[in-house]
Amino acid sequence: MVLNINGRDQHLKVDVRTSLLDALREHLHLTGAKKGCDQGQCGACTVHVDGKRELSCLTLAVAVQGRKINTIEGLAGADGGLHPMQQAFIDHDGFQCGYCTPGQIMSAVACVHEGNARTDADIREYMSGNLCRCGAYPNIVAAIKQARSSMERG
Amino acid sequence: MRPFAYETAADVASASRFGREAGQGQTDAPTQFLAGGTTLIDLMKLDVLRPQRLVDINPLVARHSEIEVGPDGLRIGALAKMSAVAAHPEVLATYPALAQSLQLAASPQLRNMATLGGNVLQRTRCTYYRDPSWTACNKRQPGSGCAALEGVNRNHAVLGVDENCIAQYPGDLGVALIALGAEVELGGAAGARRIPFAELHRPAGKPHVETTLKSGELITAFRVPAGPWTRRSLYLKVRDRASYEFAIASAAVALDMDGEVVRQARIGLGGLAYRPWRAEAAEASLKGKPLTEETAEAAAREALSGAITHGHNAYKPELGRRTMVRALLAAKTMEA
Repeated sequence: MVLNINGRDQHLKVDVRTSLLDALREHLHLTGAKKGCDQGQCGACTVHVDGKRELSCLTLAVAVQGRKINTIEGLAGADGGLHPMQQAFIDHDGFQCGYCTPGQIMSAVACVHEGNARTDADIREYMSGNLCRCGAYPNIVAAIKQARSSMERG
Repeated sequence: MRPFAYETAADVASASRFGREAGQGQTDAPTQFLAGGTTLIDLMKLDVLRPQRLVDINPLVARHSEIEVGPDGLRIGALAKMSAVAAHPEVLATYPALAQSLQLAASPQLRNMATLGGNVLQRTRCTYYRDPSWTACNKRQPGSGCAALEGVNRNHAVLGVDENCIAQYPGDLGVALIALGAEVELGGAAGARRIPFAELHRPAGKPHVETTLKSGELITAFRVPAGPWTRRSLYLKVRDRASYEFAIASAAVALDMDGEVVRQARIGLGGLAYRPWRAEAAEASLKGKPLTEETAEAAAREALSGAITHGHNAYKPELGRRTMVRALLAAKTMEA
């Protein structure tokens, strides 16, 4: 099958049962998206499909051929400069162990694009699909507010 | 996950041709349609569902995901995503209960994936159904019993249950659809037909047969009729955490008021029942009366009067009554 990942077509030969998450991690060695619960409850595997945040663990790879998939590996600029959301998570210490962080950041970027990061309450509600067992939530909210401003300034 | 054959369907006719093995509403049919996949893939990983064939109906998205708001009501293609419908300005303004039932469900990621058709067909969250190491589950294995009757049943249903199954219908959208008197458009080998949403889910009796869908039939659209009650409508969801959680009790309420007096009340209940539940006796008890705390409480007592509890869920009738009263009184204060 052919998957378009971060702007490039990737050819791979995998079982039809393979989730998008396993295709990314095990076959394309893009290990940014994390396997937390593997049943759609934690958000650690969040990627963008045609620009929208979705869960790669509940997605069959075979079913997203022809769609544009973006992962955390494709978020930084071509020059290697961090995306404002990545920088904001560093600036505000938006993590402790870091396992949920790629999913948090992919979700947060989409949250800002959707216009659902206008208030603290909105951010909390619209980031509720991403669990952080270290409890870094206050810092994650602060990071998203900072990144929102810089993303809006473009 | 067990092996399966993967096919894609380009239109309803080819989907229903594949789907002849899709059973007549059976939960474990050998052919399953794949839309958002948020229930199906999850339950296949858990080995609860073991289809031999998946028919991917996502190629139908272009023709079956439109959202149309007209003078007769709302028509939404079955493959519309939950997030698209929840954010649609006219749905928000004219059918707030519907928009809220979607907004308060699942997480943003899941709402981007899940379709409306799949949403109303989502399976129960009964922990015994979801874990095949429990052998007693009439929904998974007809005749095997129900582990929840004597088990941890705090989240289980109290309305419409029998001794075969006390699984809770988990959805939110279905509660709004039943309150608003929605209809479902179906397509399949035998042609198109339209049924009331209230007839889509079967009453208790055969837990392994959940719907009245015919073999290979697909939901193609939902219709919600216009009415003087749709603007004054809301969905109230009570749950164990503030977001991203299933309801333990919920109410969809729509009111047509003449001043203080109820011309017509439409009430759906969620988190409490075996299937999407309309509280018709409660609606009738409010008709022609002023809506006050007293009349709302009387209606709520009527709605929950048939509740059957099983230990841990004994709190649900009272929570259900309070949820319904709060929803009614809040809807009363809305501008129509």
